[in-house]
Amino acid sequence: MSNPAPARGHEGSAVQVADNSSTARRRRGGAKGSPSRRGRGSAVQSKAAWILSLPFLLLFSVFTAWPVISSLYMSFTDIKARDLRSPFAVSFVGLDNFARVFGDETFRKAAFNTAYFVIIGVPLTLGIALAAALALDKGITRFRTVFRVGYFTPVVTSIVAVAVVWRFLLQPDSGLVNTVLGWVGISGPDWLGSTTWSMPSLIAMASWRNFGTAMIIFLAGLQSVPLMLHEAAAIDGASTWQRFRHITLPLLRPTLLFVSITTGVGYLQFFEEPLVMTRGGPLDSTISMSMYTYKQFGFGNYGFAAATSYVLFVIVVALTAAQFRIFRSNT
Amino acid sequence: MTTVASKRKRSAPPRWWLYVALTIGFVAVVMPFVWMILGSFKSKGELLQVPPTWWPQSPTLDNYRDLFDKESFLRYFANSTFVAVAVTIGNLIFCSMVGYALAKLTFRGKKLVFTLVIGTLLIPGMVTFVPLFVLVANLGMVDSYPGLILPFLVTPFGVFLMRQFIVGLPDELLDAGRVDGASELRIFRQIILPLCGPGLATLGILTFLGSWNNFLWPLVVAQTQEYYTLPVALALFSTGQNVTNYGLLLAGATVVVVPIVIVFIIFQRRFIEGIATTGIK
Repeated sequence: MSNPAPARGHEGSAVQVADNSSTARRRRGGAKGSPSRRGRGSAVQSKAAWILSLPFLLLFSVFTAWPVISSLYMSFTDIKARDLRSPFAVSFVGLDNFARVFGDETFRKAAFNTAYFVIIGVPLTLGIALAAALALDKGITRFRTVFRVGYFTPVVTSIVAVAVVWRFLLQPDSGLVNTVLGWVGISGPDWLGSTTWSMPSLIAMASWRNFGTAMIIFLAGLQSVPLMLHEAAAIDGASTWQRFRHITLPLLRPTLLFVSITTGVGYLQFFEEPLVMTRGGPLDSTISMSMYTYKQFGFGNYGFAAATSYVLFVIVVALTAAQFRIFRSNT
Repeated sequence: MTTVASKRKRSAPPRWWLYVALTIGFVAVVMPFVWMILGSFKSKGELLQVPPTWWPQSPTLDNYRDLFDKESFLRYFANSTFVAVAVTIGNLIFCSMVGYALAKLTFRGKKLVFTLVIGTLLIPGMVTFVPLFVLVANLGMVDSYPGLILPFLVTPFGVFLMRQFIVGLPDELLDAGRVDGASELRIFRQIILPLCGPGLATLGILTFLGSWNNFLWPLVVAQTQEYYTLPVALALFSTGQNVTNYGLLLAGATVVVVPIVIVFIIFQRRFIEGIATTGIK
């Protein structure tokens, strides 16, 4: 969740990507017949390509590829913070870490909280985003940019700063939220200090902070819904709701599934919200899987922390694969 | 005829209720920031009042004075800016280079490189976090600028974005360059790069934003004040001895948020296009 953009980019494009490069190759191969020329060209191209890729590959191998592999290895060992200086003291423990992960009650709590966050948070975020996108797309003609910029603003702001402000807004006595609730006769709870309300508070905050991204993607998706269809249906007497249900929604389906995958993957990894708002409390009511990993890292249990991170990784991949399946079979 | 008539009919009602709903939403979304900025000008006593005040009763700059004089927020601001600029420049240069190779050149191992790039996009940050810290610790880069910058100098996302952009550029341009005998590197520098403006702008903005707001990594790598970035400083503030010094915290939050919001408003079209294209493509 730290950077919503990176996770977003690729899933939808894998297919298209393959298409592009194969047509490009075909075109090039077809247009310029001479094989000798092509052979010479590709040797030159190969060299250039590797020179161009070298800095990236070096940095990528050291700071991404190596940690991924090393993390997998660490998850089968009992490496601890104190082993940093003496790597040979580390011993291989097989699947012990994984067995301990699933036996740990706090981890199960973290898994439950993560599921809670995803199952409530994703539909809420997407619902707000879709409503805003529909209103901005066809409903109004003026101030569109103002609304769009305003709704997107929370996306660009630092979670730490947002946490400072929200913790203050959610204060039980002097907070703005409970003050406003007091006007209509409701006495609001101690939002972040209650095991019941801490999670809903974080979900509300995450939706507030992230719906702008989904809204922008929905707006782009709505551009592809032809106005003609709406007009034709309107002439036939279809109501606004019927047109939304039977024209907009089916055509928006690829976008909808795409956004739900990326939001879901992001929310599965939610971490910074509890870290800065509640530190996982009260009574572990907001601890997430990523945060559990981070805590184990803090305790110096590096091998165990690596194992928990791989559990999350497998869940992310499984969820993505499942959603891809739905995506493929329904569109 | 009918189309024109129906269009006129559709746009005829002013839909005032939608404007009302959107405005309520707008206020709800933007209000915390307005309240944050107003709060940063309030005194400590006023911030603790029940019920809370909206406008500062006696506006004061004390919070900002404390932030920059007593605490070294100027230093943190400079650190954040330096790291973000370095990371952005690295991504612009290195990612566009690979992006070009993947988009327009044929070479052995291309598929492997591309699969690596795509494959790592899905990996949760937490998976690399622990070994990355071990690595950086072993390299002696904890509490240093290289430790803050190097792990983010290239990103698979950046490569992917630039590849997608360059694939869309016409092949004819490259062929023309090749016929004229230009080397591949020269084609990249003199033909491709000048056309990459919009792609580079999008990547630059998203990278800068990500780095500016990056929190977890600097939190563990920057261990002395000398290397704190703004989010780290603010986070340690809000949990440390200043936990109840709300004026200072709100002023700190304002210093973190306002510059990036200004950048966002100036470049909002690019931002939004970037999000929309990387999402849709």
